[in-house]
Amino acid sequence: MAAQTLYDKLWASHLVNEREDGTGLLYIDRHLLHEVTSPQAFEGLRLAGRKPWRIDANLATPDHNVPSSIAERRAGVAGIEDPVSRTQVETLDENCAEFGVLEFTINDPRQGIVHVVGPEQGATLPGMTVVCGDSHTATHGALGALAKGIGTSEVEHVLATQCLIQRKLKNMLVKVDGELQAGVTAKDIVLAVVGVIGTAGGTGHAIEFGGEAIRALSVEGRMTVCNMAIEAGARVGMVAVDQVTLDYVKGRPYAPGPDTWDQAEAYWGTLYSDPDAHFDAIVELDAATIQPQVTWGTSPEMVLPVDGLIPAAEDYTDPTHRVAVKRALEYMGLKPGMAITDIQLDRVFIGSCTNSRIEDLRSAAAVVKGKQVASTIKQAMVVPGSGPVKAQAEAEGLDKIFTDAGLEWRAPSCSMCLAMNADRLGSGEHCASTSNRNFEGRQGYGGRTHLVSPAMAAAAAVAGHFVDVRVMVDARESV
Amino acid sequence: MEKFDVLDGIVAPMDRANVDTDMIIPKQFLKSIKRTGFGPNLFDELRYLDVGEPGQDHSRRPLNPDFPLNHERHQGASILLARENFGCGSSREHAPWALLDHGFRVIIAPSFADIFYNNCFKNGILPIVLDAQVVHELFEAQHATPGYRLIVDLQRKAIERPDGEDISFEVDEFRRQCLLHGHDDIDITLEDADEIRVFEQEYRQRAPWIFAATGS
Repeated sequence: MAAQTLYDKLWASHLVNEREDGTGLLYIDRHLLHEVTSPQAFEGLRLAGRKPWRIDANLATPDHNVPSSIAERRAGVAGIEDPVSRTQVETLDENCAEFGVLEFTINDPRQGIVHVVGPEQGATLPGMTVVCGDSHTATHGALGALAKGIGTSEVEHVLATQCLIQRKLKNMLVKVDGELQAGVTAKDIVLAVVGVIGTAGGTGHAIEFGGEAIRALSVEGRMTVCNMAIEAGARVGMVAVDQVTLDYVKGRPYAPGPDTWDQAEAYWGTLYSDPDAHFDAIVELDAATIQPQVTWGTSPEMVLPVDGLIPAAEDYTDPTHRVAVKRALEYMGLKPGMAITDIQLDRVFIGSCTNSRIEDLRSAAAVVKGKQVASTIKQAMVVPGSGPVKAQAEAEGLDKIFTDAGLEWRAPSCSMCLAMNADRLGSGEHCASTSNRNFEGRQGYGGRTHLVSPAMAAAAAVAGHFVDVRVMVDARESV
Repeated sequence: MEKFDVLDGIVAPMDRANVDTDMIIPKQFLKSIKRTGFGPNLFDELRYLDVGEPGQDHSRRPLNPDFPLNHERHQGASILLARENFGCGSSREHAPWALLDHGFRVIIAPSFADIFYNNCFKNGILPIVLDAQVVHELFEAQHATPGYRLIVDLQRKAIERPDGEDISFEVDEFRRQCLLHGHDDIDITLEDADEIRVFEQEYRQRAPWIFAATGS
């Protein structure tokens, strides 16, 4: 057999049939649902009188609209103050009950951001095809799964048929060799990648992240990298299975038990790209040269190392780029030539499907431990990605470190990543955010988002402006 | 889904690259549990001068006079002319729903984000990729000609310009047929239900853990 990439293998093993026009019917192993992109799909099933094809394939949890305020959460769904948000969460509960879909409801200890919950519960596994009505579904590719975001019509299609009509993507390899410097994290890798290839650089491709620096990451770090594949235009991001993956999966609630573990492990061990497999595009980065990254504009590709200076529109030759940079500078209220470290911040957000796992919280806590949030910061919040992450952090005393330092400790939710619940930026406010998108208005009307790693967000909270976390000496060993 | 065959429509410009789905339909409007009614909030932050919230009376909101969709000459437009990487960002199908609700059936751009491109076809919208230079010429012609119209013919895979000249375009044949006939993808896939069952049987032997009950 010809040498195959990881993506080729996953595609072939799930192909039900292939049509003459080149489209394939792809079998879907796991379907994750949340309240925002599913109501119209369930309604579609009802109107057509259809039933879900394989009910056990589905797992739901509310996350986008769920309040992060611990007080508001106590009363469950009924306690959601915004009536429109409440209706959406209630609708998910009703649909899951009606169709028999397993749901981790608002105050279930397993509830959380769907992309944190899936891997944590062992509900997403190596070798699976995983879909969800959310563009950050590539997160699950960190386990060596073929995971992609879909729209609501496709959510309905997967519910009804357990399949998707797909055209095979091209293969792209992003190879990051070398060793990261202390204080530089998975988030900095992926921001640097987006900076290099641009927000459309991966369009039409499945990106496999490989190389020594990716292998050296934990599964959580790999999730951070795969999570932002879409910010480089790619629906799919993946990392090959290795011992780190197997150790992560073993023993999780929905992972294979003793009866099938050996069979699963043997198969998962084949989930890597063959040495001479063909990639349509290869991008190489040296991890040692990656510095902590900060986005300055309104697209994730508008990113610089922390010691960078804000560019001018005239620095770009392409006219479309020039216009975009000019507009971004106006929106962000920044002047060309200004140092990134001179950007004064109003709020800090640590959370989101990109960076709300336990290692993210440990990294942020190590930076703020024994320090205080700057008096100029109006609000600094930490929103754990799931119930189990929250419980683990509390068991380690991280919540206390955060609250002692003046950060708010909150309940699992997508929160200020996209401001569908009450957490949002005021107009003109600058935020150091560990989320994934810095689009205009994303975190609130007129809000100005700067994407950074959890360690960089924590350092910014203490300083009141961006600062190179590597110079915060006592953070160096623990980040 | 409504069929798409030939469309003769007014062209409106959206002259910026990387238009993201948050820009097309801001998140506060994603809380609806319906597929319709998103039109008044299409490009909300660009279109109005105030802050948009669900449930407002849109007829009373202050319009941004600089935004092209608010101009008299673009009223009733059904073809949107756009720049690179249109529709990037989230998977929200609310973006094509909002465009459709506002009356757009065709979007022309040099490139689209993958998920958005795919979502358009599911909703009877035809996204057309043209060479960047050709798109640029269309922007110039549109700008110079009030009431500028194009005829988009999916049968012939061609756009007819006012001067009678054709621009041909490519579209995936499966998607073209679905649009031409208004086919529902789910019906098409369910024609293969037996094949799916056969696949599942074989797959269950190969990977039994996939089929373990999730229970509750």
